[in-house]
Amino acid sequence: MTHECCSVVVGADVQSTAEVAESLRAYGARYTRKVFTEHEIKTAGSTIPVAAERLAVRFAAKEAVLKLLRPTTIVPHWRSIEVRRQQGGWPEIILTGDAAELARQRQIHHISVSMSHGGGVGFATVVAQAGNIHEGGQASD
Amino acid sequence: MIDEIRQVLAEHGRMPVDVDSLSDDADLYQAGLTSHASVNVMLALEDAFDIEFPDEMLRKSTFESVAAIQDALIELGASAPVQG
Repeated sequence: MTHECCSVVVGADVQSTAEVAESLRAYGARYTRKVFTEHEIKTAGSTIPVAAERLAVRFAAKEAVLKLLRPTTIVPHWRSIEVRRQQGGWPEIILTGDAAELARQRQIHHISVSMSHGGGVGFATVVAQAGNIHEGGQASD
Repeated sequence: MIDEIRQVLAEHGRMPVDVDSLSDDADLYQAGLTSHASVNVMLALEDAFDIEFPDEMLRKSTFESVAAIQDALIELGASAPVQG
């Protein structure tokens, strides 16, 4: 029996803090509830400058995960990718719904994330091990 | 409806190209629409057409072209945009 092992997959994205702040001012909770989970909203802070920085990095992380998952027919919605703050402050990616299903198909079991902000942007990089991946984003059985 | 969709894209999409230069089926993300801007487009469409996008439509693919947006709006029962 042969065993074809894993590929390392990476995603990265950047998000303007000013654009997030603008959306917070224009749409408030309507905006946050469309894109972010209750946990993400709760841990973002209550003032727009602080929330904009924290939500910008979380949005960047969601987009970085989408790049890592390489969706084709199924494109997960933003709230199915959650940045959860662990004890000690370290972030962790939690997938649910379509995002979790896509990760299962790609044999991705754990995603590591690193996030930062500064210079007016939030930035995130995600790394994971995936199963035997062919072009087009589908894992082989 | 197409004209109103294009107007919303022009005002809220932060597109680097003239929206009117794109076909209805053109990939808006390839044309420069960012994911975050598509959220603003979605919220502006809700205001313009007095509808609400349900959870299952809160994904990038809903906003990947003018035609896709029109399909979503029709599915939600949108007709003429709200005036004023």
